[in-house]
Amino acid sequence: MEQGSSLWKDAWHRLAHNRAALVSLGVLIVILLLCFIGPLLPFVKSPTLIQLGNASAAPSASHWFGTDQLGRDLFARVLYGGQVSLLVGLVATAVAVLIGVVYGAVAGYAGGKVDDLMMRFVDILFALPFLVLVILFALVVDAPAAQFTEWVILKSGFARDRVAPITTLIPLFIAIGAIGWLTIARIVRAQVMAVKRQEFVEAAVSLGLGRARILFRHILPNVIGPIIIYTTLAVPGIMLLESVLSFLGLGVKPPNSSWGILIKEGADRMEINGFLLFFPSVFFASTLFALNFLGDGLRDALDPKSAKD
Amino acid sequence: MISLIFSRLAQGIVTLFVLVTLTFFLVRAMPGSPYVEEKAIPAHALQRMKEYTGMDQALPVQYFRYLKNLVVHQDLGDLIKKDGVKVSEIIAESFPVSLALGVLSIGIALIIGLPAGIIAAVRKNTVVDYSCLAAAMAGICLPSFVIGPLLAVSAGLGLKSLNVAGWSSPADWVLPAFTLGLINAAYLARLARGGMLDVLSQDYIRTARAKGVSESRIVIRHALRGGLIPAVAFIGPAFAGMISGSFVIETIFQVPGMGQHFVNAATDREFFLIQGLVLFYGFLIVAANLLADLAQIALNPRLRSHS
Repeated sequence: MEQGSSLWKDAWHRLAHNRAALVSLGVLIVILLLCFIGPLLPFVKSPTLIQLGNASAAPSASHWFGTDQLGRDLFARVLYGGQVSLLVGLVATAVAVLIGVVYGAVAGYAGGKVDDLMMRFVDILFALPFLVLVILFALVVDAPAAQFTEWVILKSGFARDRVAPITTLIPLFIAIGAIGWLTIARIVRAQVMAVKRQEFVEAAVSLGLGRARILFRHILPNVIGPIIIYTTLAVPGIMLLESVLSFLGLGVKPPNSSWGILIKEGADRMEINGFLLFFPSVFFASTLFALNFLGDGLRDALDPKSAKD
Repeated sequence: MISLIFSRLAQGIVTLFVLVTLTFFLVRAMPGSPYVEEKAIPAHALQRMKEYTGMDQALPVQYFRYLKNLVVHQDLGDLIKKDGVKVSEIIAESFPVSLALGVLSIGIALIIGLPAGIIAAVRKNTVVDYSCLAAAMAGICLPSFVIGPLLAVSAGLGLKSLNVAGWSSPADWVLPAFTLGLINAAYLARLARGGMLDVLSQDYIRTARAKGVSESRIVIRHALRGGLIPAVAFIGPAFAGMISGSFVIETIFQVPGMGQHFVNAATDREFFLIQGLVLFYGFLIVAANLLADLAQIALNPRLRSHS
């Protein structure tokens, strides 16, 4: 019997012919490995070790990217900062996508008055000043998150410097996720509405399957393409948002650092030591470049009709 | 069409109401209070101060009083820490600055972004197209607080007359406006390119080509109107965003606009100033969206016949 060609196989085939997307995928894998595996290697120094005698040094064999004004190794700081930036980008996007997919799928599948009401609510939220609300929200969830950190330390018995770097990011995840789900909700709703009229859904209904099962087992898997595309394109936007919040002093806070914070510090002293701005910016911009190109490539691969040319 | 405008207006009013309510309770849920000084304030004095601003009352009472003052007296309240200064005065003072910055930036964004996008679409898959796309991608991927200082340094080296901080003479305006304008030019160029590519591949363009219409006439007379719809839809909200959301630019270049006031108010817990500024932003966005809708109706005949 002849094997049919699945959507994923076709999509992978198309993606493999898109050089920009493939290079981007490679760049992303390298950056992820560097940031998450790199710090385990013996020659990567501590990002917090202060050596005032060796401050603001230029790149050398022992300090690949040079050192900052306190003599901390910039290469290590860039890797650890990357962990935070990537973590915020991925987790906050995941929160936003989860809310958006469920909300949009329910609205699209329910249809009628429920759909009207739910989408009017999205329209209203869409017209609100996004950055302003994220800032207010981040300030509100700041104190509960600090309490949560204490609670985790008390209950788990882990040392503070192992718990705090992750728990202090929770306000950011919540603030960005709670407000960033609107676009994906709209996209998923439109897709679900298109899919739910197809015969296989009718077949599932006539088999007597429950509504939730039809929606999440039969309809949503057919909508996964646009969700993946949007998620890839949303991560860079959210990483940019994190950097803006950190720049304003409302995002990641010291001693945690992120690419946003490193770039801000670099921009402050760019006339003294340009490397401090150059290296974090290169990492940050290449990650964002790669995510955008990969997202565009995925769109062309998974949804050939929408290909722009 | 009239009914469409009315329904949009009604939706705008509901939006503003939701915004006022959301902001009010978010602001009150923030940890900390505006009554924090370096020295502890005596209890009876604190009580007096709270009575003075009405903040000793229960939260719902405060909320309805705020709404009443807003709707009946169009009063946004006073600053808490600076006696006798009205929120509306702060807005009246800083809005013209933000508006000027916004208008200059949108002008720069249009002058650079639209032609770049259109040329990229017309010269699709050529070096011109790729360099426009790469430049646009750089504008989107680099944070404004990198572009800003880079422009400042390159301008500081070449053009000594441009100032990198302050807002007192036209020379101060150039750098912030260019930073903000370039970033938005990047988005505009991508939208204009996408829209133009869509239109240029349609049948009526092929018909025009078959009839022997010159290429420049096709682009200018036939494609431009439809191709710019996505870009126009972006300009409205982007303009409102430039006026309200240029926190970073205003911080870098020390521009005394609304963005700086907002960031300071949020950290100082100046409750009424935060609420007033957010409401004003919301109003700008709603108005800009309405204008963008009208512009789209004017550009797209299909929308007109639908309503």
